[in-house]
Amino acid sequence: MAIFLNENSKIIVQGMTGSEGTRHTRRMLRAGSNVVGGVTPGKGGKSADFSDVRSGLFLPVYNSVGEAMAATGADVTVVFVPPRFAKTAVVEAIDAGIGLAVVITEGIPVHDTASFWAHACATGNKTRIIGPNCPGVISPGKSNAGIIPADITGPGRIGLVSKSGTLTYQLMYELRDIGFSSAVGIGGDPVIGTTHIDALAAFQDDPETELIVMIGEIGGDAEERAAAYIRDNVTKPVVGYVAGFTAPEGKTMGHAGAIVSGSSGTAAAKKDALEAAGVRVGKTPSETAELARSLVRA
Amino acid sequence: MDLYEYQAKELFAAHGVPVLPGTVVTTPEEARAAAEQLGQTVVVKAQVKTGGRGKAGGVKLADNPDEAQAKAEAILGLDIKGHVVRRVLVTPASDIAEEYYFSFLLDRANRTFLAMASAEGGVEIEQLAVERPEALAKIAIDPLAGVDLTKAREIVTAARFPAEVAEQAAEVIVKLWDTFVAEDATLVEVNPLVRDPRDQVVALDGKVTLDDNASFRHPGHAALVDQGAEDPLEAAAKAKDLNYVKLDGQVGIIGNGAGLVMSTLDVVAYAGEEFGGVKPANFLDIGGGASAEVMANGLEIILSDPDVRSVFVNVFGGITACDAVANGIVQAFQLLNSRGDEVNRPIVVRLDGNNAVEGRKILTDAALPGLQQVDTMDNAARVAAQLAAQGA
Repeated sequence: MAIFLNENSKIIVQGMTGSEGTRHTRRMLRAGSNVVGGVTPGKGGKSADFSDVRSGLFLPVYNSVGEAMAATGADVTVVFVPPRFAKTAVVEAIDAGIGLAVVITEGIPVHDTASFWAHACATGNKTRIIGPNCPGVISPGKSNAGIIPADITGPGRIGLVSKSGTLTYQLMYELRDIGFSSAVGIGGDPVIGTTHIDALAAFQDDPETELIVMIGEIGGDAEERAAAYIRDNVTKPVVGYVAGFTAPEGKTMGHAGAIVSGSSGTAAAKKDALEAAGVRVGKTPSETAELARSLVRA
Repeated sequence: MDLYEYQAKELFAAHGVPVLPGTVVTTPEEARAAAEQLGQTVVVKAQVKTGGRGKAGGVKLADNPDEAQAKAEAILGLDIKGHVVRRVLVTPASDIAEEYYFSFLLDRANRTFLAMASAEGGVEIEQLAVERPEALAKIAIDPLAGVDLTKAREIVTAARFPAEVAEQAAEVIVKLWDTFVAEDATLVEVNPLVRDPRDQVVALDGKVTLDDNASFRHPGHAALVDQGAEDPLEAAAKAKDLNYVKLDGQVGIIGNGAGLVMSTLDVVAYAGEEFGGVKPANFLDIGGGASAEVMANGLEIILSDPDVRSVFVNVFGGITACDAVANGIVQAFQLLNSRGDEVNRPIVVRLDGNNAVEGRKILTDAALPGLQQVDTMDNAARVAAQLAAQGA
C-alpha cells in the first residue's frame, strides 16, 4: 500500500534536462523508481542519457506533460522547474490531469502558488499537489519521487509527514531499524498543496502504516488544525515534533513559511495543541524517535 | 520584506491609491523645511516597522515649522518596541470625518487571499477581531478572479461603509488589489483609511509586506531595503548569500536545512538550561552545497560575533555528502587562516547520514585545533553548550 506513491507509479520529471533535474532523475532511477520520461518544452523528441545508471537507458523527452502521459502512461510528475517558470509547469500538469505533482522547486512566489492551487481547485482537484519547496515523497522499496535519499532506511511500519526535509532524513535515520511505509515532505512554504491533515488521513487508511510521525515547525496554524483532525479522526498512535521554539518573532527562519507573526505561529502553541489531542511530542528529534520506538509493536 | 509607511504609500500612489503628500526626513532641520514647504499644520510620524507608534509618542501634530522641528527632534532616536526611529514622515494634518480599516492578506489556512474591512478603523485590528468580530468583514478572494469593482462593492457592503463613500471606497479597494498583485505583496493594510470632510477617501497610513521569493520579477524592490537598519552581521551574511539570522546567545550554529537548523537551536537551548542558560547565537542554514567557501564564509560570520563562545556544526548528510562537508570544514580553516582570521573558539561537529564515516575520518585525520566530534545531535549540543558556558 504505502501512500500517494507505490511500485506501480510511473514518474515523469518536469525540468529533467536541467542540472538539478538530471541529477535527481539519476538518483530516483538508482533508488528503483520507475521514471519513464521527462518534459522540457522545446526539447521534445530528444532523449536523455542515463546509461550510467542502467546500460542502454535513454529516457524520452516530451514537450508537454500531456504528450508524456499519452506516450508513457505516467501518473506522477516531479517538478524541478525554476521558480520563474514553475507556475506554468504546475498548471500544465494540472490541465493534463496527472494524478500526483511533486513540486520540489524552492523560491516560488506565493502569488504563483496560490494561483496554481486555485486552478487545481477550480478544475476539480484531480491532481494531488505535494509542495512546493519540499523534498517529495518516498515509499521505501517501492518508489521515490523527489530528492529524499533512498538509502537512509528501508520499508517498514512508520508513516512520516514533515514540513522539513533534513528533519525527515534525521527521523528516518533514527528509526531506520523499524523502517517506513511512506515519508512525505509537504514543504516549508506558506501555501502548500498536500497538508499534514491530508497525509494523516492517508496514513490512517493505509494498512501498512502502524504509527505516524508528524513534524511541524513555526508559522501558520497547520499543526493546530492537524491536532484537531487527529483528535477526531486518527486512531493510530501519532508522535510529533515541532521545530522553532527559539525563533524570534518576525524573522523568517530559512523556510518562507517559517515565521512567528505577533503571537501566532509559535512552536509552543503547536506543541500544546498536539499534546491536547493526545499526540506525544518529543523535545528533540532523538527523543521523538524514542517515543515512536516505544509505541511501535515489538 | 516589510516596508516603511512612506514606502508603502509611494507604492500606493504609483498604483493610483489616494494618499497625502509627504516628505521623509532624517533630521529636525529637514523636518522644519518640509513643514515650511507644506505651509500648514503637519503630522510628524516616526517611520518604524512596527505598530503602536502613536501610543509610543511617535506621531505628533505640529502647527508651524518650529514645532515640526521640535517634534522631529523628540521623535528621532525614540525606541519603539526595539525599533529605533531614524527617519520621520512630515505630512499634512488632515481633517478626518471617519476612519475605516482595510487590508488584503495571504490566508495561509485557506490557501488563498483574504480581504478584511471594517467601518470602524483606526483601532488595533487584532483587538477589534477579538472584541467585536461582527464589525470586521472577512471576504475570501479567489486569486484567479481577483478583485474588480463588483467584488470591491461586495466588500464595502459587507464592511458597512457609509453609502456616501461606498463607491469611492470600492474604487480605492480595486487599486489596493492592483498594488497587492502587481507588487507581489503578502500584506497590504490601510489603517486608517479615512473619509475627509469633503467625502474624499484617502489612505492615511500604509503597511505593506513584499514576498522576497518574487524579487526576481521586481528589480526595483531591492532599493526598498533599508541597509542602515539591518543587523551588521545579517547584512554581511546576506552579501555572501548566507541564510543567517542573528540571535542573542553564545553558541554559534551552522547546519543544513531550515528545519534541522531550527531544531538545532532548540536542542542547544534545552542543553543550555543546564549550563546557566546558554543559548544559540544565530540561525545559519548552509543548504545542500556546503562547499569549503560556504563553510568558510559561515564560520567567518559566526566567529565575528563577539558573543559567540563555541560553535556547533550540525549536519545530516542527505543529498549533501558528509565527506564533502568535512573537506569544506578543513579547507575553511585553511581559508580563514590565509585571510588572517584565526579560528579561536571551540568547534563541535556532528556528522551523520550520507558518507558520515568518511567525513568523520577526514576530520579526525586533519586534527584541527579546537575541533571535536560528538556522535549524536543531543550530545553534541550539550558539549557545545558546556564549552560556551566555560568560555564565558
